[in-house]
Amino acid sequence: MLKLIKSLSAAVLLSVVTLSGAQASGGGVELKSVNWQHTGLFGTYDRAAAQRGLQVFQEVCASCHGLKQVAFRTLQDLGFTEDEVKAIAKEYTFEGGPDDDGEMFERSGKAFDKFPDPFANEKAARASNGGAFPPDLSLIVKARVGFENYLYSLMTGYEDAPADFDLTEGMNYNTYFPGHQIAMPSPISDEAVEYSDGTKATVDQMSKDVTVFLAWAAEPKLEARKHMGLRVILFLLVLTGLFFAVKKKIWSELK
Amino acid sequence: MSFEPKNPVVKWVDTRLPIIGMLHHALYEYPTPKNLSYWWTFGSLAGVMLVVQIVTGIVLSMHYTAHVDMAFDSVEHIMRDVNYGWLMRYMHANGASMFFVVVYLHIFRGLYYGSYKAPRELLWWLGLVIFLLMMATAFMGYVLPWGQMSFWGATVITNLFGAIPVVGESIVTWLWGGFSVDNPTLNRFFSLHYLLPFVIVGVVILHIWALHTTGSNNPTGIEIKDKQDSIPFHPYYTVKDLFGLGVFLIIFCGFLFFAPNILGHPDNYIPANPLVTPAHIVPEWYFLPFYAILRAVPDKLGGVMLMFGAIAVLFALPWLDKSRVRSARYRPIYKQLFWIFLIDCIVLTYVGGKPAEEPFILIGRLATAYYFIHILILLPLVGLYEKHKPLPASISESVLDKKTSAEEAGNA
Repeated sequence: MLKLIKSLSAAVLLSVVTLSGAQASGGGVELKSVNWQHTGLFGTYDRAAAQRGLQVFQEVCASCHGLKQVAFRTLQDLGFTEDEVKAIAKEYTFEGGPDDDGEMFERSGKAFDKFPDPFANEKAARASNGGAFPPDLSLIVKARVGFENYLYSLMTGYEDAPADFDLTEGMNYNTYFPGHQIAMPSPISDEAVEYSDGTKATVDQMSKDVTVFLAWAAEPKLEARKHMGLRVILFLLVLTGLFFAVKKKIWSELK
Repeated sequence: MSFEPKNPVVKWVDTRLPIIGMLHHALYEYPTPKNLSYWWTFGSLAGVMLVVQIVTGIVLSMHYTAHVDMAFDSVEHIMRDVNYGWLMRYMHANGASMFFVVVYLHIFRGLYYGSYKAPRELLWWLGLVIFLLMMATAFMGYVLPWGQMSFWGATVITNLFGAIPVVGESIVTWLWGGFSVDNPTLNRFFSLHYLLPFVIVGVVILHIWALHTTGSNNPTGIEIKDKQDSIPFHPYYTVKDLFGLGVFLIIFCGFLFFAPNILGHPDNYIPANPLVTPAHIVPEWYFLPFYAILRAVPDKLGGVMLMFGAIAVLFALPWLDKSRVRSARYRPIYKQLFWIFLIDCIVLTYVGGKPAEEPFILIGRLATAYYFIHILILLPLVGLYEKHKPLPASISESVLDKKTSAEEAGNA
């Protein structure tokens, strides 16, 4: 038993050591840390925050950023009803067709559609954004070292550049962006959106809300995963306990 | 207990193809040392992981598209739209890491107890071949999601072959199927990533065949001498391995369900872009020690040769280690060297994940030097000059000694 514990600690040690290696590319400034409701063993997405975050995304981010992996139908996960989802999808237009005459036509969005890209292609996006290419946000939370905390820190990290900092024309200073020069100007200001649930739309609040929404967009199966994980591990604990008892019994008969 | 089937169907089959008799032999007649510790569980755990990887991999390949324009999105399709696709993908991605954890522990077990020594040299070699095949498979698998680390990892590693004098450049072009890592590269990697696991299965069969010919080594490192020393594999080791499997699965599921991305790299959730190089190109954690060795030499060819040499020297281990005693339990000096070597490998892993700057360059070079010093110099010397502790007369005697000393400790 002692040896087993030794071996387990060896395995854990190995993973911890290598982890610290694997995350070596994190860097520089320490991120702001928020206690997100969806972290931890039992964490679930804050539905109200995510719904507000969707509003921030639609009214602010979506003018430059895509969300191409996310289908409208999946918004039901955030507590929207089927009709609400259809209404959200309807706000967007898509190219349909070809029809029987071979013509393409415009149609309104359906639940099965995914969020459309704001620009026709990368060149169009760069032309409208001073040469910068706004990344698709579907996986942004998982695609940055620091995850949710990075996004939140970035959103709230705009400041005036220090006097000795050489800021390139057209760029913006952000404490948390690697190199501190970011092409995106501070995207939100207080009261940039009007929340229907009466929450005060401060920069801090909106940043948190849109981060929750994008965390869900990046990992929509998080709740199903943890739910299954708890049951699987509980089952394995019982099963392993039984194996241990059987092992003891069988080996005790050995002279 | 020889195999004499009573059941007429079993009898009919077995006189034509003695497959049931073979299983019977492996489970009941194949003598296993009675003193195997839990360190001997990792072999069967590796076998389980190979099956897990193959099964999840086959399911994933049903939904994956091997094309540069679609691969990334098809993985997201698996994560979002395919029923339990997220489960399959996370199981496969974390399973690769778990496979390596288990195999590394299995290898270090072999190093500690001298399992590579005569008559188990071929068993050791086959194990190393499996390890090499695993590395090739894992590397190509990591390219398939076509994220930034996939693309740039593939670019860095395939470029290593460019270090070969004269023909290097042609070989790299041939590997790529073009003049950069592109669609032909992705396609062949997918093909080979599907093929190699079955090659591994073949070598695993040879590995087990060799094992069953020489028999398992054991913590004392002395061979089975009579019936007192051995027990049948079933039920004793089947149930012991099942318990080990249970504990292992709990750890595996901890990663799988609660931290599925912690062993990966965030950059691989950014679609591959040949025009943007990531700030730090880092391989998966299980390649980090070799990556550190590669980077320890300022010369490209030298680094590549050293990296491959790090594995090549392991093949020579049975002849480099001159000691006639197998187990480190009775080798006081080798035992300490073993732990230093293990720490050295952990240091290499750590350095491999750090950017190439001081002090990591210096630490990496020292650790690389020690890796080779241990295997090429210390191991042969220690084997010649070390005075080993007295060996027990037999396995059963060592087991009895342990029991009595435990009882004495209990009485005291």
